[in-house]
Amino acid sequence: MSSSTDHGRPDPDATVALAPDGRSVSDRGDTVCVIGAGASGLAALKNLREHGFGVDCYERETGVGGAWNWRHDRSPVYASTHLISSRPFTQFPDFPMPDDWPDYPHHGQLLSYFERYADHFDLRSHIWFGTEVIRVEPVAGDRWDVTTRSTGGYGPERTSRYAAVVIANGHNWSPKLPAYEGLEQFRGEIMHASSYKDATQVRGKRVLVVGGGNTGCDIAVEAAQQASQCWHSTRRGYWYTPKYLLGRPADQVNDGLLAWRVPLAVRRWLHRLVLRLTVGDLTRFGLPRPDHKVYETHPIVNSQLVHYVGHGRIAPVPDVARFHGSAVELTDGQQIEPELVVFATGYLPRFEFLDPSLLGDDGAQGQPRLWLNAFAPGHPTLAVVGLVQSDSGLFPLSHWQAVLFARLLRQRVERPERAAAFAAQVTAGAGQRYAGRVVSSSRHVFEVGHTEYLRAVQRALDELEAA
Amino acid sequence: MSARTGRVRILRGREWARPVRPARRELVSALPELEEGRPPLLFVPGFGHGAWAFAEHWLGHTAGRGFPAYAVSLRGHGGSAPAPEATLRAYVHDVTQAAASLPRQAVLVGHGAGALVVAHALARYPARAAVLVAPVLGGWGTLGAALRHNPAGTVPAVFGGPLRLTRRQLFSPDLPDPQARQYVARLGRAGRRAQWQLLAHRAPEPAVGAPPVLVLGSPDDRVVPPAALTRAARRYGSAPLLFPGMGHDLMLDARWPEPIDAILDWLAKA
Repeated sequence: MSSSTDHGRPDPDATVALAPDGRSVSDRGDTVCVIGAGASGLAALKNLREHGFGVDCYERETGVGGAWNWRHDRSPVYASTHLISSRPFTQFPDFPMPDDWPDYPHHGQLLSYFERYADHFDLRSHIWFGTEVIRVEPVAGDRWDVTTRSTGGYGPERTSRYAAVVIANGHNWSPKLPAYEGLEQFRGEIMHASSYKDATQVRGKRVLVVGGGNTGCDIAVEAAQQASQCWHSTRRGYWYTPKYLLGRPADQVNDGLLAWRVPLAVRRWLHRLVLRLTVGDLTRFGLPRPDHKVYETHPIVNSQLVHYVGHGRIAPVPDVARFHGSAVELTDGQQIEPELVVFATGYLPRFEFLDPSLLGDDGAQGQPRLWLNAFAPGHPTLAVVGLVQSDSGLFPLSHWQAVLFARLLRQRVERPERAAAFAAQVTAGAGQRYAGRVVSSSRHVFEVGHTEYLRAVQRALDELEAA
Repeated sequence: MSARTGRVRILRGREWARPVRPARRELVSALPELEEGRPPLLFVPGFGHGAWAFAEHWLGHTAGRGFPAYAVSLRGHGGSAPAPEATLRAYVHDVTQAAASLPRQAVLVGHGAGALVVAHALARYPARAAVLVAPVLGGWGTLGAALRHNPAGTVPAVFGGPLRLTRRQLFSPDLPDPQARQYVARLGRAGRRAQWQLLAHRAPEPAVGAPPVLVLGSPDDRVVPPAALTRAARRYGSAPLLFPGMGHDLMLDARWPEPIDAILDWLAKA
């Protein structure tokens, strides 16, 4: 194995079994395999170890942090990326971020947080860096054969057999590009937001930003500051929540209401009222009126977009209809001539190493059918961690998914009847959603409300551990 | 409720909505000359004490035996920022912040009411192990003992005034008098809300990661009665380790090396 960190590691080839097709497989016994050493993978690794499991974690890059490590070629972060959920909602529940950090830390701080997490809990010695997983196959006894090789395809393949597998390969690295008529003929430059790194890429250009997500809004704001002209195309109007309300991070204000169990209708009314008092009527700025209620789309947290629209630095435009040689035609018939089009149109999850039907994604649409967005029916020793689009921070959700899975694996040995009840629950509840009504769109497939979701995890944990 | 089992609480909406405000924290340390891969110890002083109480003897001794040693001052104590309105929750925040800032997973050692802070912090930080030294876990029994041994110093605290601990409560007669007087003079006070919370507070939530817990104290402690010590130890499924003839402040008393050596032996063995 060409991993650079395997010195001093006990030789894993204690037992050698044979795969059905005659390959030799090194049996890793009760060890659990974690795929990916990003935020979710690290949480899985730490919590599984805390529950007494041996863990082998495979990471295709040479460092931890996954998407939050800007050195990684699959990282979507750009120079100005800051969190959009404030610290209490973003940190791991048992490893607080330093309290002298800002409310919305920078992505560089987040990377140092994950590096410290890895060092603090001595996780690096369990990670095989520079190793990618190319196949994960179920074998008898709910066990898994995991085939790995060096990233980039060099070196021999190697198959190890594990008691359980945690998939934590992230879902923000495989760009989703909508098909537009005439895009091939367009002579301007096009890029997906995943290749947007900093403002120099838009400086002095006429830029069209497509997509009203948080990334699209961030890039539109940067283009407003740096580009010669900026159009921002969205399919619908959104509720642009400012980062601060009443002098406090907006999500903390919202959770204050949630903690008092204020009903959704009242929270919606309050939220609209506060938005009216702060941001005001956006149609005056030429932005479309939202076609949905507050909380029905993934929240857009951006205080600056409206500001730059008001300065005339961003021209809000409707959806793109088709591309021509040098112009872009919009759905209202207007033609604009950008030099650069940035598609902030999101990402699709991809599990290239796994038969999609294992996750109930029969059409390979990137839309697995899981319970709690994590557990696959019929595969009690498989979990997907971090495949959640939270209306708040993601990492606490990944943490609790990992804890739940670790306790499930423990109950499989200690109290099999509890684990069986859990498996029945997985089958019955696959595909369940944890958000109120949301606008139907592929970006909302994994959308969860953090309170609803964590409440469901709490119930699952209580039932699993009940006397 | 036993401290080891019990329900894990996931939703903490109220805490997320109102995070504890940061306050400048004093963290003193003594590091071994040679890094031997041993876990760091974080000492948490009780009410009125600051990190100085451990800097006096225990930090150096711990480092001398190869363990990195740190001591934090809770807000309002020692060299940390003043915080007259501090609550127990703010103290717990200080400890988890200090613990998470250390390079590796730490052992939490709480003394006196600092042990109560540690017991709460264990639910927020997966400590490698925990040691409760002469733990004041609160409740009305604590008040009873304090009133019996030191009525004049205790009564004002009931009404929000400072809790004044005496030389007789804290130290054995073996400690030279000038030394003892000097220590007593250095004592500060905890926030009045935190003092009240000592009497009535929620039971600590289950510890994260089920760390081993050692309880030790002195049967001649005039702050923590032996029965309270036994009760505390039973909560963590063990019996207390006893050092007869010592006062409440085991880290400053004349025979200070004995308890710290016992702690380090236990850690080396565990």
